[in-house]
Amino acid sequence: MTCITETTRLLTRGSIAADRRQVLKLAAGGAVALAMSKSSTMAQEASPEATPAGELLGAPGELTIYSGRSEDLIAGVIDIIETDGEIDAQVSYGGTGEVAIRILEEGANSPASLFISQDAGALGQLAAEGRLAVLPDEILSRVDSRFVSPDGLWIGLSARARVLVYNTELVAEEDLPPSMLDLTDGSWNGMVAWAPTNASFQSHVTAMRMLLGEEVTRSWLQGMIDNGAVVFDGNGPIVAAVVAGEIAVGLVNHYYLWETIAEAGPVPAENYYFPEGDIGSLVNIAGAGILADSPNPEQALRALDILLGVGGQTYFAENTSEYPLSAGVQPISELPPLDDIQTPDIDLSDLDDLEGTVALLMEVGLL
Amino acid sequence: MQLIRRASATEFPPVPTPWTRAQDRARRMPPPVLLIPALAVALLVLSPLVYLLVRATDSGSALPESLFRARTMSVTSNTALLATTVAISASSIAVPLAWLTTRTNLPHRRLWSVLAGLPLVIPSYVGALTIIAALGPRGIVQGWLEGPFGIERLPSIYGFAGSWLALTLFTYPYVYLSVQAAFRGLDPALEEAARCLGMGPTRTFFQAVLPQLRPAIAAGALLSALYAVSDFGVVSLMRYDVFTRAIYIQYQSSFDRSAAAALALVLVTFTIVMVAGEWWMRGRSRHYRVATGAARPQRRHDLGRWKWLGVGYCGAVFTCSVGLPMFVLLYWLMRGASTGDAIHRLFNQAWNSVSLGLAAAVFTVALALPTAILSVRYRGKLTTTLERQAYLGFALPGIAIALAFVYMGARYIPSLYQTVWLLLIGYAVRFLPQALGAERVSLLQISPRIEEASRTLGEGILGTLRRVTTPLATPGLLAGFGLVALTVMKELPLTMMLAPIEFETLATGIWQATQTGAYGRAAAPALILIVVSAAPSLILSQRGFEQTS
Repeated sequence: MTCITETTRLLTRGSIAADRRQVLKLAAGGAVALAMSKSSTMAQEASPEATPAGELLGAPGELTIYSGRSEDLIAGVIDIIETDGEIDAQVSYGGTGEVAIRILEEGANSPASLFISQDAGALGQLAAEGRLAVLPDEILSRVDSRFVSPDGLWIGLSARARVLVYNTELVAEEDLPPSMLDLTDGSWNGMVAWAPTNASFQSHVTAMRMLLGEEVTRSWLQGMIDNGAVVFDGNGPIVAAVVAGEIAVGLVNHYYLWETIAEAGPVPAENYYFPEGDIGSLVNIAGAGILADSPNPEQALRALDILLGVGGQTYFAENTSEYPLSAGVQPISELPPLDDIQTPDIDLSDLDDLEGTVALLMEVGLL
Repeated sequence: MQLIRRASATEFPPVPTPWTRAQDRARRMPPPVLLIPALAVALLVLSPLVYLLVRATDSGSALPESLFRARTMSVTSNTALLATTVAISASSIAVPLAWLTTRTNLPHRRLWSVLAGLPLVIPSYVGALTIIAALGPRGIVQGWLEGPFGIERLPSIYGFAGSWLALTLFTYPYVYLSVQAAFRGLDPALEEAARCLGMGPTRTFFQAVLPQLRPAIAAGALLSALYAVSDFGVVSLMRYDVFTRAIYIQYQSSFDRSAAAALALVLVTFTIVMVAGEWWMRGRSRHYRVATGAARPQRRHDLGRWKWLGVGYCGAVFTCSVGLPMFVLLYWLMRGASTGDAIHRLFNQAWNSVSLGLAAAVFTVALALPTAILSVRYRGKLTTTLERQAYLGFALPGIAIALAFVYMGARYIPSLYQTVWLLLIGYAVRFLPQALGAERVSLLQISPRIEEASRTLGEGILGTLRRVTTPLATPGLLAGFGLVALTVMKELPLTMMLAPIEFETLATGIWQATQTGAYGRAAAPALILIVVSAAPSLILSQRGFEQTS
């Protein structure tokens, strides 16, 4: 019991550490990890190292989750959390941005304990405002460090790749360009679909700005507009249009095609991953963080444990066709392995300047 | 909406009473039993504004100044353009409709009179969604045209054109209802005089009738324009950069609550200017109004051969504003039937929507009553100010009110936060003007002498209120009740942010479905919402019909 309160206290204190960044991170993170390993030691004297199957972190009980991912995608995995973790979860759904703002405005009294986010940007923002607790190393160590906050404040639950979806009857794979930047070429005039209002697209543009600079990004956007890129509402409509042969190619997240295939069977469309670390094949995450002032940190921890465990990861792999990030779960066999995607070298936590991206998109007239 | 009712109040101007000055002053002293609740309501309404001021002056963030300023300019002009054009086109559609359904022998006049007000029950975001589905570059209509004409892509509906079309189609009933009421209240004497003086029917209409309708048109057009300015659903779906969308993008993209609050304050100022303009016009146009003391039954124009043109016009408006959305929704429902939500879930959403709508309506009507009585019976600087500032809820964007209550609720009244109670308070702030306006109209029609009689016979202020005023004001209370219930059921931002966790309504159900593009699943809750809201609106228009015909 004392261990639990100890952990709670330390989790709460994590938010202070967030401000002082790296230096304190090691100390606080280490302390939480120590507390955590103490509790698991008590539960399982023999093997303090790994958490054995069936032995979950945290504690059962009530938990309030705020989800920026839609109910369609998340409700199934909430059921797993409730069953496996003996947790009584209450979930509030909304757009990732709205939910994040709500958490900020609620302040220390926020009823939320766990925040599930569509992208790294909103998590980064909550982290920057000191609203996330440092996660214990037992959680952090389970995912490749490139999908984890450097301060240990949030963690990726699943990964998604940006791809060029193309209609195999309209375009041959060998004709696809080596770089996303080449889509401004006249040969692609009027053939490319994109969704400027979509959050994933905007994160992608943020990554472009970070990696290639403001000028290159602006001229690429302008070049795409001049080349007759067709605006769609979101990834789903783009994939539907490509599958129907209404447009040749589109910039989307990889999993929309697989959702379509799951519903409609084989379709004349495939995903193309830009090679050689091109900006076009960015890999981003959907992730989660525990609130610094969480009323139920133990339950949040347990939910996170399940989300990163075999049950949660298998759910993401099979139901959302995303890349699982831990527990050795493999993505669906049709996907190229995550490690084979030659993704550009970028720190996801740097993708928090959405404001600059939105300003740029407005400047060129896309928003 | 309040303005509609108020415009119709010109039929029954308050009875002038021969009081002496001293009695007059005594009568005008607002009794504390009304003043205290009215002041409390005023504070409640002001609280989101205070929140915005605090946020906007919170200097924690560095705004990209130049960009921000340029943006504000373009957003302001876009908003002004949209509001003006919607007001003009809504009036152009509505005035002929109102004339046809009140002053002519149009076949099935009574039916058309009800149908013409019905677009009010289509939530504007649902309407916009269906317009995009039908008229979008590769929408349903394009599909029909592709076969015979080989048209592969229709011109883009996005931006100004789509926003203007959607807002016109779904807000013209505000002008229609207002002008319809005015037509019914018109004294035919002036028209007859014009005809006697040798004017033809057309000239009579433009020179004798239309000027009398001006206040009603202005009041209705203002409501359309206000709706256009405060609506978020349409402009976000149509991607037109006006205030509500800019504010939303600001919140969404930068989590910068200061910049968003600053923009919201600019919007508030913008709205206040609009409302003040209408007040100013109303003040000047008072001399146009005519009492109906000796009103003869109005003569109905015989449309003759033009009858079917009239029916065609009413039918065309109805087809575009109600037929099209219903058609698209049914089309989606058929196509997506297999993926539909479980019936019990829809039932639960419908139950929540209806009970929330009814509860909010009762609550809001009750909260508005003290202010309404004060502003009618105890006219003075203080009570007029109290009345006018109650309209602030119309000027504030929904997301700003929602965040204000998130902020205040979670920080200062956690016991109410995420309970239905705080949600009801939020609705009351947002929809107080609708209840207030309707109540004022009814109160204006009650002679103060009846209340005085009750007081002389020994009944107290509250007793008189309960036993005399409230029963007499029932029509207004009911109208306010219906309007608030109708709009609460359609409301989204407050419901999303303030409702108890896992409390689902039809509106949030529609939102959830459209998030993942599952339009088939949005169809069922949308249709239920439309049917459920049609009930109060039909009762409202039916009652109006019986009252005056």
